Amino acid sequence: MTTSILEIRDLCVSYGKVEALHNANIRVGEGQIVTVIGPNGAGKTTMLSAIMGLLDSRGELDFDGKLRLAPEVEDMVAAGMNLVPEKRELFGEMSVQDNLLLGAFQRYRSGKRDQAETMEEVYGLFPRLKERREQMAGTLSGGERQMLAVGRALMAKPRLLMLDEPSLGLAPLIVREIFRIIAELRRRGVSILLVEQNARAALQVADYAYVLETGEISMEGPAQALADDPRVIEAYLGLGGKHQDMLAT
Amino acid sequence: MDFQIAMLLGQDGVTNGAIYALLALALVLVFAVTRVIFIPQGEFVAYGALTLAALQTGRVPATLWLLLAMGGVAALIDGIAAARSGALRKLPGVAGWNVAYPLVLAGLLYSLPLESLPMLVQVVLALAVVVPLGPLMYRLAFQPVAEAPVLILLIVSVAVHVAMVGLGLLFFGAEGSRTPPFSEVRFEVGPMMISGQQIWVVMASVVLIVALYQFFGRTLYGKALRATAINRNGARLMGISPALAGKLTFFLAALIGALSGVLIAPLTTIYYDTGFLIGLKGFVGAIIGGLGSYPVAAAGAVLVGLLEAFSSFWASAYKEVIVFTLIIPVLVWRSLTSHHVEEDE
Ligand SMILES: Nc1ncnc2c1ncn2[C@@H]1O[C@H](COP(=O)(O)OP(=O)(O)OP(=O)(O)O)[C@@H](O)[C@H]1O
Ligand SMILES: [Mg+2]
Repeated sequence: MTTSILEIRDLCVSYGKVEALHNANIRVGEGQIVTVIGPNGAGKTTMLSAIMGLLDSRGELDFDGKLRLAPEVEDMVAAGMNLVPEKRELFGEMSVQDNLLLGAFQRYRSGKRDQAETMEEVYGLFPRLKERREQMAGTLSGGERQMLAVGRALMAKPRLLMLDEPSLGLAPLIVREIFRIIAELRRRGVSILLVEQNARAALQVADYAYVLETGEISMEGPAQALADDPRVIEAYLGLGGKHQDMLAT
Repeated sequence: MDFQIAMLLGQDGVTNGAIYALLALALVLVFAVTRVIFIPQGEFVAYGALTLAALQTGRVPATLWLLLAMGGVAALIDGIAAARSGALRKLPGVAGWNVAYPLVLAGLLYSLPLESLPMLVQVVLALAVVVPLGPLMYRLAFQPVAEAPVLILLIVSVAVHVAMVGLGLLFFGAEGSRTPPFSEVRFEVGPMMISGQQIWVVMASVVLIVALYQFFGRTLYGKALRATAINRNGARLMGISPALAGKLTFFLAALIGALSGVLIAPLTTIYYDTGFLIGLKGFVGAIIGGLGSYPVAAAGAVLVGLLEAFSSFWASAYKEVIVFTLIIPVLVWRSLTSHHVEEDE
């Protein structure tokens, strides 16, 4: 068993009186891709936001071997955690290049000056962004925005990258491109926590998987085992998944 | 009115307009980054001018005590918070900026022969006392309510303004001060006499505006402030904390305010409460720019300066009324032409 980069124990999040996440336990091993799948409104985004420190939560969170109490977003970023949020949160009235540069803000602040090289690496992964580096982020296409959001997070050289539905609303060809890059990132040693609606693709790329339903983890196991589980097939890999496969081929 | 008077008024208008433009820029900046309508902006003008005046008469300015007190409280709050969350490595920084810096400054002020120092050193010392009050003010008054709606922030802003005017009276007394000009040079340009100080004001304003433009366009910290203004959540995810952005913004606003005060102190007598009216005229400029556009705000502020100068000639008793009435047609025009901007989510 590899050492874990992230471990949450009994994490609970409430919006007012409504509990959106209940006693979630999740572990991401160093260098692993772990995916969380589940229906709309299950609490996936809530979980990522709580881990990042954007939401108040109860429970324990270990990151990089240290227990983090009431983490602040900035401290988590400094510690090497990065979130590509569901809403992307780009800086629309700034250029692609400036958006990327700001991704390295925390590194710059702690005295590291390798932004130019990192940016070339990101451009290597997303040549499209390089072509459009002077363009305002707000005028990018949906797929390009997604790429920029991922690229911006990579500028921080994260140890753990959390992706909230990176394939949302993308054409199958670009979805495949995004998953290719996720696999490539793992090869470069980045641990990844991936939240996805596209369960088929997520289970294919991941090492380990969790199913989150109405705020609770209902199933977990190695990604391949879960992909073969009849309950998962019925609920998440049924017609919709096959249909998508047909489109992709 | 003949040409000569018109030129004279225009000259006054541009000088004052330059100051209003600086303040308008600061107001737009503070609002964009923190959503605070920064009523105490003018107090930094008065504090800057009066602190310089105190230094020039050889007295240690009372604003130093405010700096020591606010720094002490901020160090206490941040120190306890850091100790609680186990972030002990933050403690030296907290103590250094909030306690050590004011103490070193106090040591300097008590040991230097203040009145015989060169003017430039006096100006730097005055700024060194007043400008750090900006970030401290953010830390103590605004950071705890940073997530509150704009209206709450406005109420806090008014409260801070009232407190600062009151403290101003306590620190500087009710008499006003006027400092000697930076240079005694006068230029005769045709029928006009331009004083060296007026040139100083306009030049310094232009330099400061260009410097700010460079800061926001080229440096990562400047871009970080813009990013915070565009998308607060996105900025947080980059590790740009709202507290850092707020303190940096208030630092800039305090710097602009105090520097404005230092620049106009030789041109007009500054009282403890003069700042409010000056700040308000910058505010009119900022409103013309819709609290959003920097160039329009600056142009609007120069317009305010000119309008003020000319109305003081034709209807001097009504000059403030005329300037502030300008807001009404501007607001009507804006409400007709601009789309409604939703309040920050
Ligand atoms: N700010 C909020 N206030 C109140 N309820 C919220 C808030 N944010 C989310 N919720 C609720 O919490 C539940 C979980 O939401 P969440 O966004 O985490 O779901 P999700 O699993 O990411 O769904 P999706 O797949 O649609 O993105 C939902 O019922 C949602 O309505
Ligand atoms: Mg979601």
